[in-house]
Amino acid sequence: MWLSPEEWDALRLSAKVALWSTAACLPFGIALGWLLERRRFPGKFWIDILVQLPMVLPPVVPGYLLLLLLGTNGPLGAWLQATFGIVVAFTWKGAVIASAVMAFPLMVQPIRLAFRLIDPRLENAAITLGARPWSVFFSVTLPLSVPGIIAGSFLCFSRSLGEFGATMAFVGNIPGETRTLPLAIYSLTHVPDGEAAAMRLSLLSIALAVLALLLSRWVSHRAERKLGFQDHRAQHAEL
Amino acid sequence: MLSFDVDFARGDFTMTARAEVGAGVTGVFGPSGSGKSTLLALIAGLLRPRRGVIRADGDVLVDTASDRFVPPWQRHFGLVFQDGQLFPHLTVRKNLLYGHDRIAPQARRHDLQSVAELLEIVPLLDRRPALLSGGERQRVALGRALLYSPRLLLLDEPLSSLDERLKQQILPFLRRIKEETRVPMLYVTHSRDEIDYLADAVITMDRGRLGVAP
Repeated sequence: MWLSPEEWDALRLSAKVALWSTAACLPFGIALGWLLERRRFPGKFWIDILVQLPMVLPPVVPGYLLLLLLGTNGPLGAWLQATFGIVVAFTWKGAVIASAVMAFPLMVQPIRLAFRLIDPRLENAAITLGARPWSVFFSVTLPLSVPGIIAGSFLCFSRSLGEFGATMAFVGNIPGETRTLPLAIYSLTHVPDGEAAAMRLSLLSIALAVLALLLSRWVSHRAERKLGFQDHRAQHAEL
Repeated sequence: MLSFDVDFARGDFTMTARAEVGAGVTGVFGPSGSGKSTLLALIAGLLRPRRGVIRADGDVLVDTASDRFVPPWQRHFGLVFQDGQLFPHLTVRKNLLYGHDRIAPQARRHDLQSVAELLEIVPLLDRRPALLSGGERQRVALGRALLYSPRLLLLDEPLSSLDERLKQQILPFLRRIKEETRVPMLYVTHSRDEIDYLADAVITMDRGRLGVAP
């Protein structure tokens, strides 16, 4: 399957945006997953709603709000440009922000679940062996939630690869800058004789998605085995 | 050594406990639901009493009157749970060293090799907990608590998840720990046999009340 230079650009850009989006979501996903699962604080309910919101809104809405906020005339956008000289509107960095906002709920949910499934008695065991709370977190809680963190990262990555609506609204459809795979496919369906190329990129997208799912399965399977989950089950099966 | 005088309440359950624990093994005996595990959690610092004082070796660990509460990671008790609670992502060796590595070197009274030999777990050191039998797991849990050089070992029904044959295998190890390390122990159980075999003194608990038996 041979791709034209523009199609390669779209593929490379998609990979870059999805990787940066996942990397940006990861620390926040772990911190917020932990806070939402383990702590009570005022406003928790509304933060939870806010995080989940992009998943149920039409994607163009968060995209439009990002444009208002981070566009060159937006309050945050103007400040970023004046203070750091960073422009995010209509650049690939903006595409990363749009993808991150849309994919974040998919990162947080599995991480939350992973924290919920950890036996609190293990953390109690650690704390009575002289480990301070932060040390318990890094030596017990975090390693035990690795399968959930991996699952969340892959979901976030895949969702970022497929991001369309928010990206389109916030950073537009600029070849080589913000035209990721889905936007390239969309553009191709609008030009005469674009069907063959659109189909090629669609098949490529399917291949990428399947690859990401397989990789996710394999990596979390390995992580679970390392934690002894599989061995445990095998042992129960023997008995 | 250890003295406590505490009230605890949660929901319908209320508990009043007052006793002094000296050297050797003190058995805490009573039916399930009588508050034995709650008592250990209060001593370890995993729960806060509604009212009361807990002292150990002259240190005041808890005093509700002056709002004093030493957090569990500074109390220096070794707590052994019913089902071991080994860290599944760490090897047996790293499990054993978890508490050991968190105390000052001059405070360490035991070393890995001698504890592993005492509990006969040397061949297991590089395995992961999921591959251990119930009895092996419990011995590693004992070793982990011991290597933390605790001023007092708190044992919460350490044998109750094991079958009779395994219990008979582990009990001698507990006696060995008692005789060779001289670490005082508070041993919670609902088994008379274990008390008779190990304990020098007995505290009985019944529905959240506590009495001292001869």
